[in-house]
Amino acid sequence: MVWARRLLALDRRIIFALIALGVIVPLLLPINLPVAVSPRVRAAFDAVDALPAGSVVLLSMDYEPDTMAELTPMSVAILRHCFRKHVKVAAMTLYPAGVGLGEQALNQASRDERAVRNTDYVWLGYKSGFQVVILGIGENLRAIFPVDGYGTPLDSIPMLRGVNSYRQMSLVVNLTASSAADYWIQFAQGRYHAPMILGSTAVMATDYYPYLSSRQILGLIGGMKGAAEYERLIDVFGNGRRGMDAQSLVHVIVVLLVIVGNVALFASRGWKGGRGVGGVAP
Amino acid sequence: MSVFETWVAAFLTLCVFSFLYKDNPFYRFAEHLFVGASAGYLLAVQWQDVLIPNVWTPLLRDHRLTVLIPLALGVMMLARITEKTASISRWAIAFYVGIYSGVAIPGYIQAQIIAQLADAAKPFPSGWGALSAGLILVGFLGVLSYFFFSAPHKGAHGIAARIGIWFLMVAFGASFGYTVMARVSLLIARVQFLMGDWLHLLPGS
Amino acid sequence: MRRGPLLVTFLSGTVIAALFFIPHHKAQEFNSTLLGWTLVVYAFALALGSLSLWENHARKIRTRSEGWPYSLVTLGALLIVTGLGIWKGVAEGTPVGRIYNSVNSPLGSTMFSLLAFVIASAAFRAFRARSPEATLLLLTAIVMMIGRVSIGELMSDKLPGITEWLLDVPNLAAKRAIAIGVGLGAVSTALKIILGIERSYLGRS
Repeated sequence: MVWARRLLALDRRIIFALIALGVIVPLLLPINLPVAVSPRVRAAFDAVDALPAGSVVLLSMDYEPDTMAELTPMSVAILRHCFRKHVKVAAMTLYPAGVGLGEQALNQASRDERAVRNTDYVWLGYKSGFQVVILGIGENLRAIFPVDGYGTPLDSIPMLRGVNSYRQMSLVVNLTASSAADYWIQFAQGRYHAPMILGSTAVMATDYYPYLSSRQILGLIGGMKGAAEYERLIDVFGNGRRGMDAQSLVHVIVVLLVIVGNVALFASRGWKGGRGVGGVAP
Repeated sequence: MSVFETWVAAFLTLCVFSFLYKDNPFYRFAEHLFVGASAGYLLAVQWQDVLIPNVWTPLLRDHRLTVLIPLALGVMMLARITEKTASISRWAIAFYVGIYSGVAIPGYIQAQIIAQLADAAKPFPSGWGALSAGLILVGFLGVLSYFFFSAPHKGAHGIAARIGIWFLMVAFGASFGYTVMARVSLLIARVQFLMGDWLHLLPGS
Repeated sequence: MRRGPLLVTFLSGTVIAALFFIPHHKAQEFNSTLLGWTLVVYAFALALGSLSLWENHARKIRTRSEGWPYSLVTLGALLIVTGLGIWKGVAEGTPVGRIYNSVNSPLGSTMFSLLAFVIASAAFRAFRARSPEATLLLLTAIVMMIGRVSIGELMSDKLPGITEWLLDVPNLAAKRAIAIGVGLGAVSTALKIILGIERSYLGRS
């Protein structure tokens, strides 16, 4: 079948152009498709919503620019939720390239909700070492972070008076694109029993369902869709929700590409069986 | 960001996107700039956020001499850069590999093995939930059987492994779907920047 | 020359693992101290990576290897960002903060956004239903891609429920087994390192 063989030899730059159009057109002409909230994001929202005013939350924004598209909208949404509830946030990062992103998220959310640094939130900054930092916070916060990200000693920050480990924190929120999530679950939750919610990239989200079942994490926000759901719950139209029209259209395009690719293959060659992508030997 | 910074960011973004057509000097320039700027930022952040508050200030202001130990180990680590002195770095590497290995044992046992086995062994709920719980148990045992390669996949073990494969296919399919979602999200954000922050073409920008 | 470091690995690993279980306050103070030292050593290990990058690109320039002008870009960026960061800091509003917003951040995010195009092209060319298992994987991926976005929710109000069930039951079962397998592997590797059976991290003797 000539059409099938021509289709299979399609220049990949045509596929690239289709994907680009699939993103550009919905952004230029948004229709604001509705966003349904999944039970896992609702659970994460409820965990934050149940906190009384004055509680302290540890928010670790463990991501870098390569995944900020998915995780920054989540950071801003959770920060805004905390500020509205008058919950104090101690923010930090385990990634050196996450310093700028953490500050940006804090600046944006505090501007939107008129939160004040060192009264409503503190930026602890970055520390190297992953597991040793997470364990160290459980023993003595000030041994790991003697000063905040701007050089102010923790003892002179009003909202951190009396806060020196997970015991004085009501919730740990980890937003991450890496195995840092495993370390937070193993040490902050496993060793110190800190209640925890997790925000992750969509790539990783499916791996953490066992921890939801065992209640090691109370809620899970996965990818930009998860961020959009959280924004819907706090009634904010942020970058998460803005991207959902484009997300929907591109997904449809990819599904059609998969279907067309398979139809073209079988039309040109017929069923031959044997090993394929994702398949195993029969 | 200022107008100048936005234009620089947009130019560099387009340099990277030009790779989609073909490799070219603009892309290679952007790639090398990224590598250098990232490495420089990493060094600067280590200096500001780790070395100053956790080493220099305790040493010079508080006269805590015990920080000389990690400082010495850190300097020994840097000896790895040349072949002649590389053997000195083994002491520092041995210290931190030992710490991370020691920390991993109780962490993985408690959070990944015991907690997950306990959840797998809990009683089934009543009603339709029992069906799902039963399926989870069957799938869990099937996948464990599949990954046990010390015995051949024959007989009962083989049947269990085959069941495990079906569950793995569903899990990997779910992961693939989510991976597509993740990659597309990254592209959406860059296009939002180009069309919104740079060109002001988007509604509300 | 390796016996000393192997002993350090054994001692540091055993001590830190034991301290996990000793609640006495003196033990936990010592635990905090060891963790604080490791944090500093880790920072030097990251710095070593940047120094290695410097050495690699400096060699390319010295020997005029292919693409050596790009190495000048890398080293220039490394020097400028490191110097400015140590001198003026890295916070928002500093020169390095501005460089981060206009260079590091857009380059990093754009590099990864290329994956959206790559995954679409790969889905068209390689994602084939060649076997029943591959077909199941493909169908699950399609259900996930459509069911988890707004358009799927509009097509059928049952789709979100189906995707949640796929994630909560077969996906959970498989990922739980994988998590336990990974945990067992990590614990055994950590034990081998502490006991000196695994020595590759020390390099060649």
